[in-house]
Amino acid sequence: MTVAIAPETDQHSSPQPAMRIGIPREVFPGERRVAATPDTAKKLQKLGFEVWVEANAGQGASFPDEAYRAAGCRVVDRPEQVWAEADVVLKVRPPTPEEAAQLRDGGTLISFIWPAQNDGLLQDLAARHATVIAIDAVPRITRAQKMDALSSMANLAGYRAVIEAAQQFGRCFTGQITAAGKMPPCKVLVIGAGVAGLAAIGAARGLGAVVRAFDTRPVVKEQVQSLGAEFLELHFEEDGTGTGGYAKVMSPEFIAAEMALFAQQAREVDIIITTALIPGKPAPRLITREMVDAMRPGSVIVDMAAEQGGNCELTRPGEIYDHNGVKIIGLTDLPSRMANQASQLYGTNLVHLLTDLGGAENYQVDLEDEVIRGATVIHEGQVIWPPPARPVAPSPAATTPAPEAAVPASTPAGGPLGKWVMPIAIAAALIGVGVSAPESFLSHFTVFVLAIFLGWKLIWDVSPALHTPLMSVTNAISGIIIIGGMLQISGDLTSPTTILGAIAIFVGTINISGGFLVTQRMLKMFRR
Amino acid sequence: MSNHVLTVAYIAASVLFILSLGGLANQETAKRGNVYGIAGMAIAFVATAASTAVSGSGYGVLAAAGVPAVIIGAIVASRVAMTAMPELVAILHSFVGLAAVLVGVASYLQPDHNLVGVEATIHQLEIYIGVFIGAVTFTGSVVAFGKLRALITSKAVLLPGRHGLNIALLVGTIALGVPFMSAEGTAGLVPLMGMTAIASVLGIHLVVAIGGADMPVVISILNSYSGWAAAAAGFMLSNDLLIITGALVGSSGAILSYIMCKAMNRSFISVILGGFGTSGGKTAKAAEGTATATTLEETVESLDAADSVIIVPGYGMAVAQAQHAVAEITKILRDRGKQVRFGIHPVAGRLPGHMNVLLAEANVPYDIVLEMEEINDDFPETDVVLVIGANDTVNPSALEDPDSPIAGMPVLEVWKARNVIVLKRSLSPGYAGVPNPLFYKDNTQMLYGDARANVNGILSQLTATEATSTLVPAAVG
Repeated sequence: MTVAIAPETDQHSSPQPAMRIGIPREVFPGERRVAATPDTAKKLQKLGFEVWVEANAGQGASFPDEAYRAAGCRVVDRPEQVWAEADVVLKVRPPTPEEAAQLRDGGTLISFIWPAQNDGLLQDLAARHATVIAIDAVPRITRAQKMDALSSMANLAGYRAVIEAAQQFGRCFTGQITAAGKMPPCKVLVIGAGVAGLAAIGAARGLGAVVRAFDTRPVVKEQVQSLGAEFLELHFEEDGTGTGGYAKVMSPEFIAAEMALFAQQAREVDIIITTALIPGKPAPRLITREMVDAMRPGSVIVDMAAEQGGNCELTRPGEIYDHNGVKIIGLTDLPSRMANQASQLYGTNLVHLLTDLGGAENYQVDLEDEVIRGATVIHEGQVIWPPPARPVAPSPAATTPAPEAAVPASTPAGGPLGKWVMPIAIAAALIGVGVSAPESFLSHFTVFVLAIFLGWKLIWDVSPALHTPLMSVTNAISGIIIIGGMLQISGDLTSPTTILGAIAIFVGTINISGGFLVTQRMLKMFRR
Repeated sequence: MSNHVLTVAYIAASVLFILSLGGLANQETAKRGNVYGIAGMAIAFVATAASTAVSGSGYGVLAAAGVPAVIIGAIVASRVAMTAMPELVAILHSFVGLAAVLVGVASYLQPDHNLVGVEATIHQLEIYIGVFIGAVTFTGSVVAFGKLRALITSKAVLLPGRHGLNIALLVGTIALGVPFMSAEGTAGLVPLMGMTAIASVLGIHLVVAIGGADMPVVISILNSYSGWAAAAAGFMLSNDLLIITGALVGSSGAILSYIMCKAMNRSFISVILGGFGTSGGKTAKAAEGTATATTLEETVESLDAADSVIIVPGYGMAVAQAQHAVAEITKILRDRGKQVRFGIHPVAGRLPGHMNVLLAEANVPYDIVLEMEEINDDFPETDVVLVIGANDTVNPSALEDPDSPIAGMPVLEVWKARNVIVLKRSLSPGYAGVPNPLFYKDNTQMLYGDARANVNGILSQLTATEATSTLVPAAVG
């Protein structure tokens, strides 16, 4: 094995210095996440990078320094060293002004930046001729999903929101009937079914709660239902789908109807989890003081939009606040409370981003690439944010499968007239039959029509996999026509009627025995 | 046996037939369904034989005609290869048609003197219609059988002025109805025979004009006809059992035809009246680009590297009889912990449900054989799609090119998978004559050659790598 390692060490000590990635410890109070875990650090090295980690960087996320060393990273004691010597610095939170000042001139920083809110920071970094990639500005398109840190963090936050709610909620989520009495199930309302909302629905369902969800975008209905929650609907013709997987601002009438729904739900549910965000705007106010007052004491509200001002009027960002017995959770560090898992997911998002940047060998910030262009907010000292506008989310109309769109074109050009031709023809035919046909015929006709309908109902239930056996069995059954032959063979042996009847019996019987037997043979083969 | 008992027996038989069709709704109850059908048939047969309608020499005739027929049917049913199911079903349909003609003619030759006035007229009309449907079913099924057996060309044979010819034949049928209805006694036999001849020609002409890939529709239409023929016989013999059974079978065939037409996004009429590409005069965009050829080794490698595999079989698999080797491959891949599923297009093969029967024969568990709607959304998450002898059913131009003759036909969206490997002889278009842009996509590789040889090749390489591949997880972990 030592033989195998030898060439690798040679590569490390090759004259051309490898690109160096620096992982500083997060300095934001209470932030426990770290931008690389030992696992993702290993992947970064596979891409050809050298990885330097500040001492105790992974402590909050339960990754000791030894683990980084074991993964082949160099653990550095002083943060300045990491900032000054790294070609690329990976971080979670946007850098503080002090941190930004330490970035090497012309260096690269990849982290959450929130460019819309942090103009001063952008100017500071631009002054250092830096290249800055904001992971939160990665376009939300299919190809970029693997580096969508907003989604990976929101997913954890949604889960954690339910856990925090459970912590504050003095009762069980799942309903039970026990010897000591009945426990009603907890009712949870999730407002906003984005990534966080869906994760919250899943977690709350997993704990056994009855979950309802509301979203202004009708397209998410199926996703909500697939997680086992009830989708609350307003009977209102307005689609709230905006771009980038977010909702847009709705009309005043819609909002009024929406608020009435929430007020009614507030009286019924035990836990409300709100995740409503509209990009570039303060979070919409959805839960008013009156609604909170209407909730039962002991109820819980988790306001996941607390950082952007909160969906609830009474939210205090960063706090858990008790309003007349209703707990309002305004925590803003939900992903950080899952630091170990969050770091792993975030680190993997970054590995994917660096892979798209070409790894260490072919490292290049390619502004022709739509994803890279969208995420790069400063390029070599030039602030290039925001990127040129481009619709990033397909509209619901565009996601409709093509065949459906094509069907109307290929149906016969009947129009309103064509729609009526068939019923009228059928009615006329029936009247004709009724007027002219004798009693005996009509009774047969009744049987005939009813049998057609019965067959029609029965056959739709047949699984397509069984269409061949269905054909052979119907074929065998239609051999019943031998009954017709049997009614005709009892006359003179040489009469044509008898002979024809006999032949009919002969061919019909082949049908019956052949059809049933081959069906039996086929059905025997179907096995799970 | 009294008439009342006979009626009750017929009711029991009808109920059993209904239960039989209901039982076919899913695989668990299907076998029971078939048994119900057999029981219903037995009851109907015994009750009729024991009734006053059959007597004396009738039993001898019944035995002479019935016993050899049972034996012949049993032999054919136990010998037929599953790939030959479409032919068998087609020829059995022709028997029903023939029986309907014979019963109709026999019934005409044995006039019921109790019928007078309107009732007699209606009876004659029933005979006429029954014989007509029976004759069309008979010759149509024989031609379908010939096509499936490759005794006649499976291409659509389009005579000039064929629509005119069809109309002329129909007019002739109606015209001969006039002397038939007005004839005394059995004097109408000549026009009846004339009409039978015309109907036979119509049956031949209708089916000859339909090409091979439309066969699922044709077979199910003929299935439907054979039911209506039985129902018509029921009317002329005043037999409710025949009416009920015929109506059940007729509507069953009609639904199957509808499902098949929908699967091809074509109207019923256009299938009946002729082949693809002849009606619209539209031309598809020529597919552009270069197709990437691949080798057996690379195919096996990508299968080995994949976590999820979807196999899309088509008529080519049936022709090459490759289903057993495909099943073996499936088993090996599943034993290695990969997700392997089958995607079946509703019109794959030459008979509704044809692929399912073939895969069942090869012991592929039916719960991994999925319908198009069930599996279409899963292609983007699939590593490798193996297309075996399918072409038009995986053609992206159905969705992407509005000028394509198959535009709007729902297809299996295999190109959304990460990797597509197409087993095919050449790049030539499929039955519909539409070039397939799938072959030129970046994520598509072509494995040229005989499907059977290639599938066997994949299988033997997979078994050869069996020993080494079990070591791979250990090395990674």
